[in-house]
Amino acid sequence: MLDLINVSYDTQIPNNVGLSSDKRVLKALEKWHPGYINWWNDLIPDNFQQSLVYLRTAVSVDPKGWAKFDYVKMPEYRWGVLLAPQVEDRTIPCGEHAGEAAWQEVPGEYRAMLRRLIVIQGDTEPASVEQQRFLGKTAPSLYDLRNLFQVNVEEGRHLWAMVYLLHKYFGRDGREEADDLLRRSSGSEEAPRMLGAFNEETPDWLSFFMFTYFTDRDGKMQLESLAQSGFDPLSRTCRFMLTEEAHHMFVGETGVGRTIQATCEAMVKAGIEDPYDTDAIRALGVIDLPTIQKKLNLHYTLSLDLFGQEVSTNAANAFNAGIKGRYMESRIDDDHKLHGDTYEVWDFEDGKLVRKEVPALTAINMRLRDDYTRDASGGVGRWNKIIEKTGIDFQMKLPHESFNRKIGVFADKLFDPDGKLLTGAEYDAGMPDWLPTHADGDFIQSLMVPVYEPGQYASWIAPPKVGIDNKPGDFEYVKLHMA
Amino acid sequence: MPDIIDFRTDPSHYRHWRVEYDGDIANLYMDVDEDGGLFDGYQLKLNSYDLGVDIELADVVQRMRFEHPEVKVVVMQSGKDNVFCAGANIRMLGGAAHAHKVNFCKFTNETRNTFEAAEADSGQKYIAAVKGACAGGGYELALACNHIMLTDDSSSSVALPEVPLLAVLPGTGGLTRVTDKRKVRRDLADVFCSIEEGVKGKRATEWRLVDEVVPNSKFADAVQARAKEFAAASPKNAPEKGIALDPLNRTIGEDGSVTYSLVEVAVERDGRRATITLHGPDGDAPADAAALTALGDRSYFLRLARELDDAILHLRLNEMELGLLAFRSQGDAAKVLAEEKLLFDNADHWLANEILQYWKRVMKRIDVTSRSLVAFVENGSCFAGMLAEVLFAVDRTYMMEGDFEGDNRPVASITLSQANFGPFPMANDLTRLETRFLGEPERVEAAKEQIGEALEAFDANELGLVTYAFDDVDWEDEVRIFLEERASFSPDALTGMEANLRFAGPETMETRIFGRLTAWQNWIFQRPNAVGEDGALQRYGTGVRGQYNMQRV
Repeated sequence: MLDLINVSYDTQIPNNVGLSSDKRVLKALEKWHPGYINWWNDLIPDNFQQSLVYLRTAVSVDPKGWAKFDYVKMPEYRWGVLLAPQVEDRTIPCGEHAGEAAWQEVPGEYRAMLRRLIVIQGDTEPASVEQQRFLGKTAPSLYDLRNLFQVNVEEGRHLWAMVYLLHKYFGRDGREEADDLLRRSSGSEEAPRMLGAFNEETPDWLSFFMFTYFTDRDGKMQLESLAQSGFDPLSRTCRFMLTEEAHHMFVGETGVGRTIQATCEAMVKAGIEDPYDTDAIRALGVIDLPTIQKKLNLHYTLSLDLFGQEVSTNAANAFNAGIKGRYMESRIDDDHKLHGDTYEVWDFEDGKLVRKEVPALTAINMRLRDDYTRDASGGVGRWNKIIEKTGIDFQMKLPHESFNRKIGVFADKLFDPDGKLLTGAEYDAGMPDWLPTHADGDFIQSLMVPVYEPGQYASWIAPPKVGIDNKPGDFEYVKLHMA
Repeated sequence: MPDIIDFRTDPSHYRHWRVEYDGDIANLYMDVDEDGGLFDGYQLKLNSYDLGVDIELADVVQRMRFEHPEVKVVVMQSGKDNVFCAGANIRMLGGAAHAHKVNFCKFTNETRNTFEAAEADSGQKYIAAVKGACAGGGYELALACNHIMLTDDSSSSVALPEVPLLAVLPGTGGLTRVTDKRKVRRDLADVFCSIEEGVKGKRATEWRLVDEVVPNSKFADAVQARAKEFAAASPKNAPEKGIALDPLNRTIGEDGSVTYSLVEVAVERDGRRATITLHGPDGDAPADAAALTALGDRSYFLRLARELDDAILHLRLNEMELGLLAFRSQGDAAKVLAEEKLLFDNADHWLANEILQYWKRVMKRIDVTSRSLVAFVENGSCFAGMLAEVLFAVDRTYMMEGDFEGDNRPVASITLSQANFGPFPMANDLTRLETRFLGEPERVEAAKEQIGEALEAFDANELGLVTYAFDDVDWEDEVRIFLEERASFSPDALTGMEANLRFAGPETMETRIFGRLTAWQNWIFQRPNAVGEDGALQRYGTGVRGQYNMQRV
């Protein structure tokens, strides 16, 4: 009998999907594997590849004990294929097939739509690793270096998860798409990643934290809605990915929080009260709060763009087909079909922002984006608590969703972070206060010096409250290989 | 919504296209203004198009020929980042009346044909440089180009998703060009036309869907290099500069009559017909090609072609209830023949050639106009040579015979010229006379022997050039009865009958597009599976799929 909880190591690819008895898919994955390893090896600087990193590896999909921690060289990491346990008698949660038995095989009529969703999701996973490839060289501590690599290897595993689905359920087309996932590359001129936000390099660690907090949270929301899929293998895959994704949010939230903490503590220590006394604050080797706010503005708004157009046919189609649900679909109290329902979205009419009722089906993206904004505001509140405790008068906040947008009704129009429509001149004048300038970038870059001593942290970031796996403060999370 | 759809435009009014001229290469950018739709109720997202976008394109192509004859290669490309063109706007189609859809498709088809023919007719070769999604009508734009280049960025693809996505056909030549022009194997074409996401990369060349696939980083350079190569290889003896096409002067009267300088359209609403009068030249023909060029857009046939072209389009789109178009002419046949002689004598001169080619297109436009077409050869008329070609485009011709009381105009005659025996083929690649005499080819020869003769009714009738010749006694009554009878028939049945009778003889890609593909598309455009309340077109964008009646018809 197949053990679907614990991971089987009887093939080169750890899995809980019975790969050893699924020769066709096993063969396809084994053929894909070398390309993946090449991709990984080409990506991460060599000395890190040789280093021993204290990583968690999934060994089970049992929520109570799914991972074990140990030192591992990253190229030897056991990337595997893991699906959350099958829920008995699961039904399709939404759309025109709501209530019917969940699909265990791809329904022919939705094959193209499903494949496209999986490819787009799959394309983002390796993209973020590519974007973050140079960060190891400026890690503010071994703790953070380890977290970076943990996020990286797990994004790699998420790529595996999507590739498994492509190989298993989409035949020759699926295999080609899987190959193309390795062919495209973030920022590449030849074959860029599919979504714009994933073609920007992550230039510094504050960006990394913001990215994991805001952009990975988009990923989380997408996974949440795919976890509601009527296509059961996709649902199960995404449910397990969400287990890992939580750590990425954690890295982001605590990373930004620790940065804020370091700034506030340094200000208090130096007796600076005015958070806008930029030069004096920066002289302390920390990042001033307004600059952190600017970074927040940038990453939040870029992430909003990932949700697409306010009114979207594709999203409506996917929901109605039962292929992608809403956030927490099963907990929503409605008919899960949305025929005749409406949802309020922003629109731009006669030069003014207005709220407008549109068919709820076509506003699926918007609903998810609103859920995202609620989800993202939690951490911002906790960051403000950190500031408040030190007595400094400053509050982080999410900018209005019209600010700095490239997609949807706000695109190409000029708004300030409060959602006020501006003239070009007003916008130009305000920009340096709203989004990171090149000078801000230069300053942050100047702080990005590696700290590789166990237990030591760069000036701009505070140590974590607790170690990973409850390790003590001076734990050597990465045993660096010195070439 | 505009009061009338105006086909006259010029670059200063473009909202969706721009052209950058670079010597003998023109870079044509499609950059559709989302908010620039012709009607309310839809946004032209992702470079999707409506009639307004296509009117501009038709104008671009036309001006390229006349105003920029120095251009040898036109590179059609997108001005947007991630999309080449998403095709015809679906919400526009979903919301449009059937008649508008049909007219829209016809005009877009004509526009595709006109730039497709630009290489052979005008020495202007079109390259489609495809980067980003190129779907449906977008790929049909590319298909009508002479050479298709696709970037290999692992996401750009070409696609005809109409059947799986919208329950309609790629009806702007898509299906036909895939098989007849690109000669894609039919089983692969079947696969291609059934998958929403289309085909990308190397397979697109293997399946013959594009001519070449180029690495993304080299794409822009490769496109420009290919353009230069084609330009260098072009046999065109290009002039340095063209002539300006100034705005057409047109007056629309309260009764709907339309007046141009050489063309007059009189409207008779009760009889549901429009009478189009073509006037002969008022002066002498220019002495030579230089004089022709100096006249610019004021030379006789160019002016006539532009005005007639505009009149036909205006009537098609803005006067749907005028079911019959009656052509008549007035003027001096000798002067008409002198004008055309200048063109034929200088057929290797770029401008004379362009005018002749344009006349060919206008005649084809008449051929595919879904109205009953009749010509009246009256006293004082000037149906000679190129103008006589109109007589063979229409469904019936009535000619006055002998003297008419109180009518001192010259007796009606028809003069044939070389114009009627080759330079203006129909879509079936035959001349109108060849098509007319499909079963009696010797009659074409007999007619040819009469070139230059002013043929009065008896002879014209004998030669089979007119349907009926009536004298003073019968004319008025016969004409009236014909018009009244015609107006009483079902417009649908007439459209179908006329379209079938007009294109006798061999099939070509063009006849297959206007006949087979268009007819099927127009049938589908009437079917509930596409346009019903629960049909795919209506439901597109709502998230709910079309509900189909699964019975095969």
